[in-house]
Amino acid sequence: MENVKDLLVILVSSSLVSNVVLSQFLGLCPFLGVSKKTNTAAGMGTAVIFVITLSSAVAGVINRFVLQRFHVEYLATIVFILVIAALVQFVEMFLRKAIPSLYEALGVYLPLITTNCAVLGVAINNVQKEYGILTGIVNGFATALGFTIAIVILAGIREKLEHNDVPESFRGMPMVLLTAGLMAIAFCGFSGLL
Amino acid sequence: MNKAGERLYNGLIKENPTFVLMLGMCPTLAVTTSAVNGLGMGLTTMAVLALSNLFISLLRKVIPNRVRIPAFIVIIASFVTMVELLLEAYLPELNKSLGVYIPLIVVNCIILGRAESYAYSNPPVPSLFDGIGMGLGFSFALTCIGAFRELLGAGSVFGYALPPTFQPIRIFGQAPGAFFVLAALVAFQNYLKKTRQKAGKEFEKIGSGCSEDCMNCDKKGCTKRFYDTDTAEKEQEPEGAVSSGAVALKENSGTRGSRGSRKPDLEIVDLDEEGK
Repeated sequence: MENVKDLLVILVSSSLVSNVVLSQFLGLCPFLGVSKKTNTAAGMGTAVIFVITLSSAVAGVINRFVLQRFHVEYLATIVFILVIAALVQFVEMFLRKAIPSLYEALGVYLPLITTNCAVLGVAINNVQKEYGILTGIVNGFATALGFTIAIVILAGIREKLEHNDVPESFRGMPMVLLTAGLMAIAFCGFSGLL
Repeated sequence: MNKAGERLYNGLIKENPTFVLMLGMCPTLAVTTSAVNGLGMGLTTMAVLALSNLFISLLRKVIPNRVRIPAFIVIIASFVTMVELLLEAYLPELNKSLGVYIPLIVVNCIILGRAESYAYSNPPVPSLFDGIGMGLGFSFALTCIGAFRELLGAGSVFGYALPPTFQPIRIFGQAPGAFFVLAALVAFQNYLKKTRQKAGKEFEKIGSGCSEDCMNCDKKGCTKRFYDTDTAEKEQEPEGAVSSGAVALKENSGTRGSRGSRKPDLEIVDLDEEGK
């Protein structure tokens, strides 16, 4: 029971309280770059959930059964980045062959995720906080869920912003960053949750 | 001006990675809560950048074109691991306050961008100085932003407190403040770009954060995809031929799988072309 409670706490804290983009600044590139429309933002979010959950599972297994077993924990960064890059490529090829419908929906986002620092960030966080494999997977899923929540909200706001009269210098990226800042303030409110 | 000096000037001023090219935004926002943190992160990145540039340049004739990105990543990740262990041993406090962002230097797009656009096609000494110049530019920018946020958010600079009559605005030290500072910076760049262009000067280099949609980006040289804008143009031509060949291969046979996994960059290019 205690265990389930711990997992729930991780779920809430990783997705809302310390949101991956708005308070940890990981995965900013896709957050700013793929948030113009709600549809694509939701697609990106789903792909990120898929990849991060899978990669934190794989990274957890490798950490437990390879790195810790042979006492080469210091190689974590090198191993994780290679495993993640290969994994994303593999997932892409697998989806293209095996589940074309899912590939249609998620495939285009996968190359953008290879370089996403949130994926590596979650894997390293799991190691640094000494999470077990299951806890790591939950943490990965929660982090990615937080990313999806943030990017979909930002996309919704950006769709409305299109029609507003913004000062010339602030058009484009500055306005998006200001919106993200205001969202970050709103997400600070979640810190009372835990 | 000699080559080394020119590279230093290029990294520090002309193509400053933060203020001009707008690369590596994640660490820029995350660690600039104080000037010392910004400087620490900048110098750490500089060490990795200079060493990885030097080694990639030394190995540039050995690394095959097709597997260059994975090779770069392994070289960069090795140096990041070394630097991380050194920091842990000698500067544990800095290491603690920078936390997860030290291993994440691996995915900093400045480093891969320089490897791809400069070190892979230039001799070792200029590459080393290119790395040092870019690293200095990054450190300079991070220290400035850090000092600014520390001044507004905590009322001190490099840890020296201002007189208590100065009322700090705490939010600038926290996450939202980082977004606001960056927004102001990009807006200033936009303003500069616009006024200079009216005066007839070219300020194309200034990135000021691409506001386009990555999904519909037709720029092959988009920095978010590992390429530096100017050199990508030149490099794309032979690349394009290879990748279109790869696409054709894909449609005809199932054997491309084993190769596909080794060349993420080409995969990206392929998808671009298929998407259109």
